[in-house]
Amino acid sequence: MTDFNYDKSLHLKKLLPKDAIDKIDNWIGKYPADRKRPPIIAALTIAQEHNGNYLTEDLMQAVAEYLDVPHIAVYEVATFYSMFHLNEVGEFVISVCNNISCSMRGANKVIEHLQNRLNIKVGETTGDGLFTIKTVECMAACGGAPMLEVNKVYYENLTEEKIDQIISDVTMLRSKKSKSTEVKK
Amino acid sequence: MGKVHIEINGQKLEAEVGSMIIEVADNADIYIPRFCYHKKLSVAANCRMCMVDVASLPKAVPACATPVAEGMVINTKSDRAIEAQKSVMEFLLINHPLDCPVCDQGGECELQDLSVGYGEDVSRFTEGKRVVKDKNLGPLIATDMTRCIHCTRCVRFGQEIIGIREMGATGRGEHVEIGTFIESTLESEISANIIDLCPVGALTAKPSRFKARAWELQQTTSIAPHDCLGSNVYVHHRRGEIIRVVPRENEDINEVWLSDRDRFSYQALTEGERLLKPRIKNNGKWQETDWQTALNLVVKEMKRIIGGTEGKEFGALLGNNVTTEESYLTQKLIRGAGCNNIDFRMRRRDFSGDGRGSVRSGFNFPLAELDNMDATLLVAADLRHEQPLSAIRVRRSTGFGSAMAINPFDGEYNFRLDEELQPKPEMLAQEYAAVLVAADAKRPDILSAEAKEWLSGIKAEEVHHRIASNLIESENACIVVGVYVQEHPQAEVINWISESLANVTGAKWGYMTQGGNSAGNKIAGAVPSQSAAGGKAIKGKNAKQMIKDGLKGYLLVNCEPDVESVWSKEALTNLEKAECVIALTSYVDGRVSEYADVMLPIAGCYETSGTYINVEGKWQSFTAAVKAPDEARPGWKVLRVLGNLLDLKGFEYESSKQVIDELREVFDAVSDRRNARKVPPALGKVSDKDVTRESLGLYMVDPMVRRAKALQQTPKASTHPISISRVKTS
Amino acid sequence: MANEVCFRTLHLDTPWSLEAYESVGGYSSLKKIIAGKLTHEKVIDELKLSALRGRGGAGFPTGLKWSFMPRNMPGNKYVVCNSDEGEPGTFKDRDILRYNPHQLIEGMIIAGYVMNAEVGYNYMRGEFYEPYDRMESAIAEAKSKGYLGQKILGSDFNFELHNHMGAGAYICGEETALIESIEGKKGQPRFKPPFPANYGLFGRPTNVNNTESYASVPVILEKGGQWFLDLGKPNNGGTKIFSVSGHINNPGNFEVNMGTPFADLLEMAGGALGGTKLKAVIPGGSSSPILPIDIMMGLTMDYDAIGKAGSMLGSGAVMVLDETTCIVELAAITAHFYYEESCGQCSPCREGTGWMSRVINRILKGDGRAEDLDNLERVATNIMGRTICALGDAAAMPVKGFLKHYRHEFEYMIEHKRSLVKG
Repeated sequence: MTDFNYDKSLHLKKLLPKDAIDKIDNWIGKYPADRKRPPIIAALTIAQEHNGNYLTEDLMQAVAEYLDVPHIAVYEVATFYSMFHLNEVGEFVISVCNNISCSMRGANKVIEHLQNRLNIKVGETTGDGLFTIKTVECMAACGGAPMLEVNKVYYENLTEEKIDQIISDVTMLRSKKSKSTEVKK
Repeated sequence: MGKVHIEINGQKLEAEVGSMIIEVADNADIYIPRFCYHKKLSVAANCRMCMVDVASLPKAVPACATPVAEGMVINTKSDRAIEAQKSVMEFLLINHPLDCPVCDQGGECELQDLSVGYGEDVSRFTEGKRVVKDKNLGPLIATDMTRCIHCTRCVRFGQEIIGIREMGATGRGEHVEIGTFIESTLESEISANIIDLCPVGALTAKPSRFKARAWELQQTTSIAPHDCLGSNVYVHHRRGEIIRVVPRENEDINEVWLSDRDRFSYQALTEGERLLKPRIKNNGKWQETDWQTALNLVVKEMKRIIGGTEGKEFGALLGNNVTTEESYLTQKLIRGAGCNNIDFRMRRRDFSGDGRGSVRSGFNFPLAELDNMDATLLVAADLRHEQPLSAIRVRRSTGFGSAMAINPFDGEYNFRLDEELQPKPEMLAQEYAAVLVAADAKRPDILSAEAKEWLSGIKAEEVHHRIASNLIESENACIVVGVYVQEHPQAEVINWISESLANVTGAKWGYMTQGGNSAGNKIAGAVPSQSAAGGKAIKGKNAKQMIKDGLKGYLLVNCEPDVESVWSKEALTNLEKAECVIALTSYVDGRVSEYADVMLPIAGCYETSGTYINVEGKWQSFTAAVKAPDEARPGWKVLRVLGNLLDLKGFEYESSKQVIDELREVFDAVSDRRNARKVPPALGKVSDKDVTRESLGLYMVDPMVRRAKALQQTPKASTHPISISRVKTS
Repeated sequence: MANEVCFRTLHLDTPWSLEAYESVGGYSSLKKIIAGKLTHEKVIDELKLSALRGRGGAGFPTGLKWSFMPRNMPGNKYVVCNSDEGEPGTFKDRDILRYNPHQLIEGMIIAGYVMNAEVGYNYMRGEFYEPYDRMESAIAEAKSKGYLGQKILGSDFNFELHNHMGAGAYICGEETALIESIEGKKGQPRFKPPFPANYGLFGRPTNVNNTESYASVPVILEKGGQWFLDLGKPNNGGTKIFSVSGHINNPGNFEVNMGTPFADLLEMAGGALGGTKLKAVIPGGSSSPILPIDIMMGLTMDYDAIGKAGSMLGSGAVMVLDETTCIVELAAITAHFYYEESCGQCSPCREGTGWMSRVINRILKGDGRAEDLDNLERVATNIMGRTICALGDAAAMPVKGFLKHYRHEFEYMIEHKRSLVKG
């Protein structure tokens, strides 16, 4: 049942590119050598980034093996922190804040506009797999309310025009990216 | 530790500095309600039920996490305390289902009990209740996770006691759920203790699910039969049927725990294919008959074979968990009838030590001391799979001390090993002897010249010196020799090394034994070298000789040599070849019905009275919890009647107590003469064919466990944990 | 006067650069310390004198906190910065991290020196990618100049600083939850005592302060505790960054003297959005109880004044609300937030936050009942003081505040099934 010559780090190395593994190793270096769990959050974040914004059971298991921690320890973390997605999401996750300040400044209109524009509801993903809308709690940018985040980037002081611009910018970025990979091939 | 003086509910108490209010209250029998607190687990302080009123503090505080201080005045029942407790109770109940009538925990539920005292009749919560999907934790534990109150006792048990984190609390806030990583069966051999720990009906025993209500159960105290610890249990039964087995607290043995094996093996009795009537084989066909006919036939056959061969062609083999009364009567019967071939050690290869060592026990220190060892050396000991509850004691000691192992297999440990040597099985004695060499180098005044001479060819490496030094320098040190050594062709050499190493280093030592009653069997005289209580005996054949050489007649007492023996193949051949095999057994299935000629139905372990003697030498007697089914009778009664029918003297017992009292009297009269082991002959070479390459698995050790349905469905049932094929080559 | 402490580089071109920071006197306190002109006792004395109080929300005196660290205990000790910034309404630390990272770094190095700690972690919330990049660059800059790392400025003092990222959990702003989170676990607060100063990160003595607190330290040491104290009021020393948001014309961060009248702050923020009438203010982040505007207009912005009025200065997150604000709706948003963010450990908070959120949402939907308000009040009371951490109180206090000042809006909605404000 157990293969004792099995290198526990291989699983993750198969699933992630080398630069991602290097990044994880860099995080491991930040903590005392006898502590295995501190890099869990960073490793999951990196794994998620490289897997289309969401985590799979396989990835979580691989992260646990790579860091040599119990599977459940990784699973607890993945289910506790709201930035981890355990179901498939779009390539671009649009997180709209609807806490107090943003609500006072029209977060509901932002959500409504996004839903109409992308023709999906909050929590759903567009048919082309590009966008997911989710609502989130305060992201510490209330001075720019209403605001949203697309993957790693904040957009503040939103208006309908600005939202349209963001979506077309992102879509364009995406098509450029896929073209460049085509060239590579 | 200093003391402080406090007052709880007007009662003046003295308490250890640093203890928590709840501990002091528990010791004084002052009840404080609680869900997450458990004396064997770390303090979580998350349920908030144990709020009490401390005069000097502005608000109620949790008794589980508030240390006592000099002059503290505590009230557990003031308005402030009760108000806090009641409000917490309300929070715990709002999302708890009102399904007590269909809940297995009903009647013994901590939440139910406390809600009677602290809950309201009508809920002020009118929103929808939370529903949580059940988890599949395998064949032993049923889940109803909607009932979970998130006390995390089960999670902490895994983390702290088992040492293997399988369960966790995932998600957050109201969505926290207790479970495993993706649905998976719990792999621990002591997993089911979380059933007892769960204060509500979220985790219940699957095999006994919906079988009875708690208030219908009667309980009988008993002793678990599957390992040499002799865990204390309650057998819960209703109208003569065993419903479940649960731990009975005994700090010296099993604390508050029970291994899964001891907890669920009862299923063999309730759901196994039981032998209900005596049966005899007639022209290869089984025929049910009455006791009289069957016993007459047994007597006739015994007389024929024993009489015709001067006792040489007959022999008795016993299982590892027959009661001491049964083995005492078996040897008395066999020897009385003129036969000296008797043994229970079907997994032993080396009999050169017969007549040596202590007649009392394998251990020269109490098992509970394993908790406090600064250094523990394991020698071929796979504690997790042999004596699961001893592994958690060693684990506890590694919180401050160290554990080391010379194990010829890739063991599974739930504690950290500071040193690990993994010799090939055939090199075990050599590797171990090197530690003795190292110890002798450090303390040269203890070993005899003869012993030093014996060790002269063996060289100690740095690791052996480290191990020896650790044993010498630690205030409390011990050597635990595992069951695997009992099967080793150089068992006696290894025992001599252990005894010598203990002498040189000042460590305590002990060897674990197979099954639940090896010590009792030996004391009862069920060995060819000595009679009861170490008395003299005319030497007969040992188990190896009886099995390998073949006999004309066998008496099998609650054992299946074709499975249990290290010579299982030869056992099967010779049992099939024998003229007459008499099996005292509780079951009809298995090979026994092929090779036996007479099958006598005997009671299972919770169906008879008896005594087990554990590895420390504790005599633990028990009564029958339920009656054996149909015509099955307690083994001691069957043996007594056989004694009568053979016209043997001294078989006039009216109770099993008279049997054990007779043995006890002889035993108490004998002092514990330990016959020191002599320096063994030079170490010979062991062939790799002569060592156990695959041990009996955790759930394979005796006829009862092999028939326990739920245990057989667990992942541990299908593996042989110390399979030597997994050994790393060094 | 504004932007004198944490935002003192803000007027410069690239305020986050080492060059900019050095140009305003950055790292001079560290140099003084390394040169032996400022002992660790003196640092703590100056901090005590300055009356700097924890800027994360609790307002605990920083000098006193630093004095609790057992600096002579052998073994590792840690300096941890709380840049989790999760309290709704608060967005000041993000700007310190983005615009003046070196001042935080210097503050943490000094803390390391005072506490004899050689490793520091700056815990930032997971969404702070931009601040993370700024911090990483700043750390690299500081290392290259010898301010950070091994043998700082040629001395025997070593201090390594690492950025750690969370992944979305408000509770990690609680210092022991934050410690658990650095340890790679769920952010579940620990029971105290023991406090982090004795048993903190990896079981070692640990000092946790907010970003703004650490970033205030270099300036205090440069200009003196008395100078800092004089900026503010007795027991409320220095400047404070107020994150002003909501219905105002010019939302943003304003670093002003402690004790500045609210009316002045409101003016700086451009007054009511579109000139509407203001209704109320949540003065210190979403867990501070709401105060009606007429009470607010008479208050100064400091711990004591806001506290006396029945709320809290908290993290300095000032949310201004105009007359179009429906308090029931506001209460629903707030209650939902705490319901979402409860870590789930203690029964009262885990169960109580969901209960409150559901009742308020039911009222909002028009299904309220007369007994709901007393029940809400009771549930909030029962959560308070009964949990391991302060989140239980944080969830209960705003609900009690809304009911205290605006119960009539709830009653109206229960009776008429529509909002008193919005109709």
